[in-house]
Amino acid sequence: MPTYRDEGVVLRTHKLGEADRIVTLLTKGHGKVRAVAKGVRRTSSKFGARLEPFMVADIQFYEGRSLDTIQQAETIASYGADIVDDYPRFTAASVMVETADKVTELEGSPQQYLLLVGALRSLSRQEHPTELTLDSYLLRALSLAGWAPTFDSCARCGEVGPHESFVVQLGGMVCVKCAPPGAPHIVPDVVLLLDALVRGEWDAAEAHTQQNWSKASALVSAYTQWHLERTLRSLEHVAK
Amino acid sequence: MYDGIVQELIDELGRLPGIGPKSAQRIAFHILQTESFDVSRLSSVLVEVREKVKFCEICGNVSEEVTCGICRDPRRDPTFICVVEEAKDVVAIERTREFRGLYHVLGGAISPIDGIGPDDLRIRQLMTRLADGTVMEVIIATDPNLEGEATATYLSRLLKTLEIKVSRLASGLPVGGDLEYADEVTLGRAFEGRRTVS
Repeated sequence: MPTYRDEGVVLRTHKLGEADRIVTLLTKGHGKVRAVAKGVRRTSSKFGARLEPFMVADIQFYEGRSLDTIQQAETIASYGADIVDDYPRFTAASVMVETADKVTELEGSPQQYLLLVGALRSLSRQEHPTELTLDSYLLRALSLAGWAPTFDSCARCGEVGPHESFVVQLGGMVCVKCAPPGAPHIVPDVVLLLDALVRGEWDAAEAHTQQNWSKASALVSAYTQWHLERTLRSLEHVAK
Repeated sequence: MYDGIVQELIDELGRLPGIGPKSAQRIAFHILQTESFDVSRLSSVLVEVREKVKFCEICGNVSEEVTCGICRDPRRDPTFICVVEEAKDVVAIERTREFRGLYHVLGGAISPIDGIGPDDLRIRQLMTRLADGTVMEVIIATDPNLEGEATATYLSRLLKTLEIKVSRLASGLPVGGDLEYADEVTLGRAFEGRRTVS
């Protein structure tokens, strides 16, 4: 049976049998991989600590019929300790890994991997406010997966904006003619904030008010869950 | 596939955690073929355990009474409460014979990705226990993994408002192990939590 080596970020773990775990990883070159890590729940395990969620590791896998097996793991970066020190950061990181898990269900890509690692690093170093880092990650992960929201023109007919209504089902801002009855109107400032989050313009995003951050977060949550076609369980536990 | 009841037995055994189809088949045939195997004893214990065993009203540990043996024991020190994830953790700590205080079983750890938040654990009951001012120290003994650490962070944030000492079990090198084989995360924690010897 062949072996392969790749770097990956641990998304989640499941207990398996007496002392094993099934580890779900988003790898750089092999997309999402589910692999068995034997004996990692024992306190004597040599690499259990390297396979905790939010860890980035260089891993050697042994290819199996249904699940691969992890043979070796070396730490590349450990963001878990800094993230878990702060409860809101931990809940935000949980949403990120759950989204990464769902968004790469069919196909992963090096871009998705790099985006997630970058977001976890930024979160652990507290480079930007937690809620903005999370919203920016969600919008960018969806954009990479092909669900980029449209802000400057109508998402349906393409008419150049600015427009007032944001319809998650249609993929962004829509013009008066395309907006369904009762479509929510959003203030131009929130549109600018969402646009800044997609582009990663942090100075512009951080200059907005806390009220706008909350409005943007609600839209991003609705947009993410609609396009992923499922509820993100961790989203309701996000702490402010 | 076996006929009727034999297959049913294999299927039922296979629903238990850690028992795969092969193991289920092996256990089923052991029950069928070994004359000395007392089936009636096993079935009566299974029925009894479901009927008798409850969770302690105070700490959440498994118990045959309304409160568990540890909560009822007058020799235990009520000024210390050790917070654990599961009832089996109580047994692990009791084996050390180091701790003479009381316990509080949370019933799991915070794991947003599995939909488990603070409200799904017995945190409210812990706060009620701490309200009367008897407890001087809360020792958080959740698992040293990410969910356990997150639960400890949440609890310590919550308990900061009460004037109670909050401590966390030390993490570090296993007794009898070699330093060179320790992973960097554990070794790093051991350094962080080092103690003065002289």
